Amino acid sequence: MAQLTLTAPGAATPILALAGRLDAASLGPIWAQARQALASNPDRPIVVDCARVDYCDGAGIALLVDLLRAERAPAAAVRIEGLREGFQRLLDQYDPAEFRAPPPRREISGSWIERLGRTGRSFWQGTYELITFVGEGMAAVVAALRHPRSVRWRDAILVAEEAGVNALPIVALIGFLMGVILSFQSAVAMRQFGAEIYVADLVGLAMSRELGPLMTAILLAGRSGAAFAAEIGTMKVNDEVNALATMGLDPVRFLVVPRVLAAVAMTPLLSVFAVLIGLVGGAMVMQLFEIPFYTYYLEVVNRVQLNDLMGGLFKSVVFGVLVAGIGCLRGLQTRTGAAAVGLSATSAVVTGIVLIVAVDGIFAVIFYYLDI
Amino acid sequence: MGTNRDREVVIKVEGLTAAFDDRTILENVSFEVYKGEVFGILGGSGSGKTVLVRHVIGLYEPAAGRVSIEGQDVAAAQGEARLALLRRIGVMYQLGALFGSMTLLENVSLPLEEYTELPAEAIELVGRLKLKLVGLEGFEHHMPSELSGGMQKRAAIARAMALDPAILFLDEPSSGLDPVTAADFDQTVLRLAQTLGITVVVVTHDLASTFTICDRVIMLHKQTKGIIAEGDPHELRKTSDNPLVRHFFNREPEAEAA
Repeated sequence: MAQLTLTAPGAATPILALAGRLDAASLGPIWAQARQALASNPDRPIVVDCARVDYCDGAGIALLVDLLRAERAPAAAVRIEGLREGFQRLLDQYDPAEFRAPPPRREISGSWIERLGRTGRSFWQGTYELITFVGEGMAAVVAALRHPRSVRWRDAILVAEEAGVNALPIVALIGFLMGVILSFQSAVAMRQFGAEIYVADLVGLAMSRELGPLMTAILLAGRSGAAFAAEIGTMKVNDEVNALATMGLDPVRFLVVPRVLAAVAMTPLLSVFAVLIGLVGGAMVMQLFEIPFYTYYLEVVNRVQLNDLMGGLFKSVVFGVLVAGIGCLRGLQTRTGAAAVGLSATSAVVTGIVLIVAVDGIFAVIFYYLDI
Repeated sequence: MGTNRDREVVIKVEGLTAAFDDRTILENVSFEVYKGEVFGILGGSGSGKTVLVRHVIGLYEPAAGRVSIEGQDVAAAQGEARLALLRRIGVMYQLGALFGSMTLLENVSLPLEEYTELPAEAIELVGRLKLKLVGLEGFEHHMPSELSGGMQKRAAIARAMALDPAILFLDEPSSGLDPVTAADFDQTVLRLAQTLGITVVVVTHDLASTFTICDRVIMLHKQTKGIIAEGDPHELRKTSDNPLVRHFFNREPEAEAA
């Protein structure tokens, strides 16, 4: 254990004696005492007697540097005495005066004009990157459609498997849940009017026009949008994106096109699946209300037109492009470090969902005026 | 080497076999590291140097054999015993492994904050001294991503030394350092080993550094999956009759020997 004693506190040269092991584990309580001893003798020279120090690691050396760096009058200097030669050499590596001032901070100036400017500039930069990305992406997709052999189909199929096939269970679960909840909640109310049979209309229309595509897109944003952003973001952090660029391979063609194509192919399929499972869920609930399966089926088929389903599927395609595109964009915008990858993934999900909701609203207006 | 018998053994590796799935990297490796020495693990790339160190510090479990640090079986240590063991060692990883969301000073201060009772300014000063030791004064508030690879590496060394561990593991500390900084760093390692009695295990293929700092080395080779030489590097260079060892120490191509 480290020990500290202040001898001859009243003398012209008080002695601060340190003894024992000066190491990181035992210096905690001593440190404040040592500084206190210095502070209470501001105008007298102080000798720090280290003759009985058996061991002195980096923290011990730091304590000595701390005592030496204190700003004092020349007549009241701090002197270290009796430190063993080896430890003295460790201490001699440092110039205590160098550590008087705190290390240079690098903070952004607090002036609100500067912050406003920075925010505006980063907003403009984000918009600029978005426009560039949309342009590059469209050009790359058009090029891919004109020369289908230039697309890396193997990558696209792998992504389609991960984003599509592997998403089936969760899409099925949520779709089923939506169908069950929707039909149960509405059937309880409709029974009062003896109108249980119209629950089939409600579930069929709501699932095919809105909820199927919407839920699928939100799940895709949470599953695959985040995955795209994290994967491309990690590639960016590891210089893999730069490696592609210096090989003359366009990162957009190489990374973004397969993902967008895979998402565009998979989202409508998942969406159809969600609608069907939702209808099954609804049918099961209706059994409880004594509506036979075949009656339910006829009601749905009579009510839901091909237009309704196609409108929903068209929305799915657009959602797929948005979610995959945003995921890739956020990945490519990743700065550096592990934290940046996390931020990109978060931003991909949030932006993806916001866009889905906004675009869904626009579609609602368009469909209304077109009377679809 | 006759004095080895009375020296205190800090690390003891007995019959260690390292394997991943069906790929065996090291077979039946045994050696001892003594207190206060600078011990080098040499070998070409792919010879299993890093794998060996990772077994010694307990990151990987040996397929066969036993590793003990200060008498404590590394693989068997659990809970408190394992924490106590980990506080005795400091590890610098090959690629730095600095925490990207923290500044350099925060990286170095983290073990001090977690494991000591030192007041905040004391922790800051210790951190600054460690960074100064590796020549990174003035970069306290930089993020790791803002620095070059060599600078990140030096910061990682500073972090490994933050608690002045009894045993310091350095995985290729000098690769990525310029010659002057590497030489300075060699002197720092020697000073720490001599004055604080720190045991240093260094994985390296930097010959100049090996000859300057290492008291003893073992050399691994991928063909034999084990140790092909052990001893004082100066002696080995002069007297080894193994062509693989001579080629390594004299920086000669291996193809001519075959």
